[in-house]
Order: sequence, then structure tokens, then C-alpha cells
Amino acid sequence: MVVFDKPHALNDIPMHYCPGCTHGIIHRLVAECLDELGIEGQTIGIAPVGCSVLAYNYFNCDMIEAAHGRAPAIATGVTRADPENHIVFTYQGDGDLASIGMAETVHAAARNENITVIFVNNAIYGMTGGQMAPTSLPGQVTQTSPYGRDTNHCGFPIKVCEMLSELDGPEYLERVAVNNVKNVKNAKKAIKKAFENQINKKGFSLVEVISSCPTNWGMTPQKALEWVADKMIPYYPLGVYKDRSAGIVKGEVKND
Amino acid sequence: MADKVLMKGNEAIAEAAIVAGCRHYFGYPITPQTEIAAYMAKRMPKIGGCFLQAESEIAAINMVYGVASTGLRVMTSSSSPGISLKGEGLSYLAGADLPSLVVNVQRGGPGLGGIQPSQSDYFQATKGGAHGDFHMIVLAPASVQEMADLTVHGFDLADKYRMTSMILADGTMGQMMEPVSLDLEVKPMPEKPWATTGTKLQRKHNITNSLSLDPEELEMLNFKRYERYKVIEENEVMYEEYMMEDAEICIAAFGIASRVAKNAITEARKMGIKVGLIRPITLWPFPTAPFKAAADKVHTFISVELSMGQMIEDVRLATECRRPVKLVNRAGGMIPSPEQILEAIKEANKNGGAN
Repeated sequence: MVVFDKPHALNDIPMHYCPGCTHGIIHRLVAECLDELGIEGQTIGIAPVGCSVLAYNYFNCDMIEAAHGRAPAIATGVTRADPENHIVFTYQGDGDLASIGMAETVHAAARNENITVIFVNNAIYGMTGGQMAPTSLPGQVTQTSPYGRDTNHCGFPIKVCEMLSELDGPEYLERVAVNNVKNVKNAKKAIKKAFENQINKKGFSLVEVISSCPTNWGMTPQKALEWVADKMIPYYPLGVYKDRSAGIVKGEVKND
Repeated sequence: MADKVLMKGNEAIAEAAIVAGCRHYFGYPITPQTEIAAYMAKRMPKIGGCFLQAESEIAAINMVYGVASTGLRVMTSSSSPGISLKGEGLSYLAGADLPSLVVNVQRGGPGLGGIQPSQSDYFQATKGGAHGDFHMIVLAPASVQEMADLTVHGFDLADKYRMTSMILADGTMGQMMEPVSLDLEVKPMPEKPWATTGTKLQRKHNITNSLSLDPEELEMLNFKRYERYKVIEENEVMYEEYMMEDAEICIAAFGIASRVAKNAITEARKMGIKVGLIRPITLWPFPTAPFKAAADKVHTFISVELSMGQMIEDVRLATECRRPVKLVNRAGGMIPSPEQILEAIKEANKNGGAN
């Protein structure tokens, strides 16, 4: 009896992610949701520019590779092409979604586009070798903030869920993490809800997943997960930031 | 003969796109092409289509990218500064071999420039328009009827060759009103087995992509794309020859410039000067052959342009610099007058090909 298998919605090929990177977990959670909801065959995924650029090879559904930051605009086109049948998700990192693609993110949310956004926040640009991200923490050392992020010089991190929760548009915003089993389970629930919302034509759902980057943080995978718990989550509190159907609006954080 | 209606050029493009089966339009307001968006905003909801005002030109072209990925006909329109913003998307569309129709109703530049007619995006349109090796099919209408005809043709070519067709018009073409027939012939759309519309669990997943990390593979993709471009250069060139049979002077002009040039030719002919016109309708592929042939017959070429002289370079290349190519131009939103062109014709007639 098989008790643990690769989801059908993931291709059986090696991933390029670094040891200890949590992209693999998040890919799996998305794929499990596509399987469980029976929507793989009607899903079009949109990969970003960044570490997960090659996600188009890993997911078994139809995939589109976007220009940097433009995934929500492309998703808008794909969902509008066949609103009845298309299930569309974007998979984006922090630089992609919250820096170069901020306008596309905000406006897709404001329009309440019927799409699901998986936002992987690891507070750094991974693919290009560890530069400061829009979500890098104050004081965080990166290749382009070698003396630590100086908020007097380059400003403060952007809290995407909090910011978007001020908009009337979006249906559902939740921040989760994948640094321990409990949080992974919660992340799965949130991602599943984000797809269910789309199936039920409720509109824009974004799940921000606090993730780790051992390679560019210069930590062991275990230390990196500790850093998520000790530094990231206190700055980026987990919880539901908006759930219109459940009556949670405008940044009332509901923590379990 | 089909009934004609009086329409603005911009509106003719919009209605022709609908006739061609386009049901998705994305755009951002910019003068002098906003009538296209306004027309689509009115019409699309009534025919089950989608008009959406995007938050930016960049978003609009990426919405186009999204719909094009699903195999449906889709378009956007803008004017010069907006087309620069769309450049990123145009390159990605080319890299992913996606069909789309993009309209540029040009205005004077560079920078914010002005809002009066211009042809100064010729280089941008015909030489690629953004990063990487690629071309767009560039169609230059010279009447409201051609705005409609070339829109339909542009969709057909885009689907046939899996690339972007650009309508390169100008503010005059967009704003002028003329009678137009919308009884347009639309070819059946080809099958699009590459489209990302969901696997239905019936096939391997499709990927719309412009990334190739293996340089040999990327080189091969570029080679293949250029083989396709060669077929287009061989088969899809369009141009008009006007009074070229006995011409000793050849004017090169497209769009509004060609109409002014025809007035000048009429006047010059009254004076007994043998002058004709070659009007490129496809700017890429450029009608090299008729210019090359004309170089055997005429002693002088005159390129008439609403720019500082851009197409003139293609005329020189086509004629291999065997004859002098003079420039008659206005820029920044100004239009050459028939008198200005006539003076150049008279001068060329006097010099007889001497520089």
C-alpha cells in the first residue's frame, strides 16, 4: 500500500532548489491541492522570474512563464479568456511580487481578479545571489545591504498582506509559514481555501508563505528555519488578513 | 458592393478587430488613440467580449500575453510613449512565439513629445522594438479602409506565423474620418495545439515560455524563428506602386506621407516631371525588391517622412546606394506639405541624379 506518493500535479523530475529550501514544500502543497480539488486539468499556472522560474517544468498542469513581476497581469488575461473553466494561479517571490510587480499585484487585487496568488516571501533575492528584497528585514545583511538594511537609507520592508487588506477588492489574504509541521498544515489549508475561493468565483486570494533561504542567508537549513521563527514571523505575523466571506476585513488579524 | 459607413480611423481598427474575432482588448489611455479603447469599452460587453482598462501599458501587454497564451485573438493599442512601455512584453511575446495585434497610433517624440502625428517610431517598430533578436510584422495603413483591412490581415498573419503584428499608424490616420466597408474577409483561425488552456488530463502539459538556459538551444530557437521570418519576407511583402511605369524620380512614403506625396506627384506631372511613388504597406518585411528594381530606372529617390529620416535607411539599403536618396521631412508632429515635396521633386529633376 502506498502511504506517501508524489502528487499527480507534480512532474517526476529533479528540482533545482538548494538543499533546505522550502520551495519544494510549497510546490508540493500547491500540487496536493490541485489533486484533491480535481482541478489539474483545467489549471494554468504562471511562474515568475526568480528562484522558482523553472516551476513551469515541475507542475504537471499547463504553465506560462511570465516576465518579472507581470504574473498577475498575465493571470488576468488567462482567467478572462475563459472565466468559466480556467483555474489560474501565480507563484511568485518577494522581489517579483512586491518590488518590480507591485503595480500588477495591487491592481489584480483591487479588481478582485478570480485568481490564486502564491507569494513566497523569503526576504531575499535568491536566484541572483542574495540581494536585498522589498521584504528584507531592517538590519538584514544581504549582498546589496552588506552593512545591514539601513531603513534611513533604503526604507522599510513591505508587509504585503497588511497593505492589500486595506483594499476593498480582494477576497482572501492569509500569511502562513512552512518552518514546522503545524505551520505546513496551516499553509496547506490556506492554499486549498485560496483555490476553493477561485472555484466558487469569489475572486482574488493571496497566500503569503514565509519561507527560508539557507543558501543566501548563509545558514544551515535548520538555523534558517529557526531564523524564520525568531525573526521573520515576529515581523510578519501569521494569520488571516482578509476573508470577506467570513466577515474578516481590513487587517483584523485572526491568529489561531 | 457592401455598404460603407463613415468612421474615424481608430474606430475602424476597433470594429475590424471585432470582425476578425478579437474578443479581448486591454489598453491604457493615451492620445491620439483613445477612441479605440472607448469603442471597445462600448462594444465588447454587448458581444460577450472583454474590454479591460489596465493599470499600465506594461500590464496591458501582459494581459495580451495571457490571452494569447490561450490561443484567442487579442489586441492592445497605444501611442508612441506607451509602445515603449510595452517593449518588454513585445520581446516576451516574440520569445514565446505568441500571436497578437498591437496598434501604435504614433505621435511626436522623443520622451513625452507631443500629441500630433508622427512616423518617428519606424526604427522601433521595424528593427525589433525591444531586447533580443526579433521582428514584428509591421503594417502601415494610408486610409481608414486600410486601417480596417490591415487589422484583419494583421490578425491572420499573427496567427499564421505565431508573432506580433503591429499596425503602425499615426495621429492623422487615427483621427481622420472616411467611408469604410466592414465587409471584411476573415480567414479561418489555424489550430493552436500549443495553447495553455488546461491539459484536461488528456495530454502532456503545454508551456508558454521564452526562457532557454542552454545557449545552444536558445541559438537554435533563434535560427528557427529567423527561418520563419525569411518565409515572411518572401511571401508577405505588400506595397503600392503609383505612376512608376515611366518614372525618373521615385518617392518613398508610407501612411499619411504617401497621401501628401501623391498630391505633389499630381502637380509635378502637370509640369511634365516623371515622378512616381512606391508606398510600402508592410514596413517589415520591407519591400526591397521594387525599390531595387526602381534603382535601374530612376535617377533619384526621395524619402518623405514625418521623422528625422528613418525609412530612408531602408531605401538606401534596398537600392544599395546606387542612386541618391533625398529626404523630405517634418518632425515633432508637423506634416510635410505638397509644396515642400514638389520643391524637392523639381530640385531632383534639375539635378538629374547628380548629388
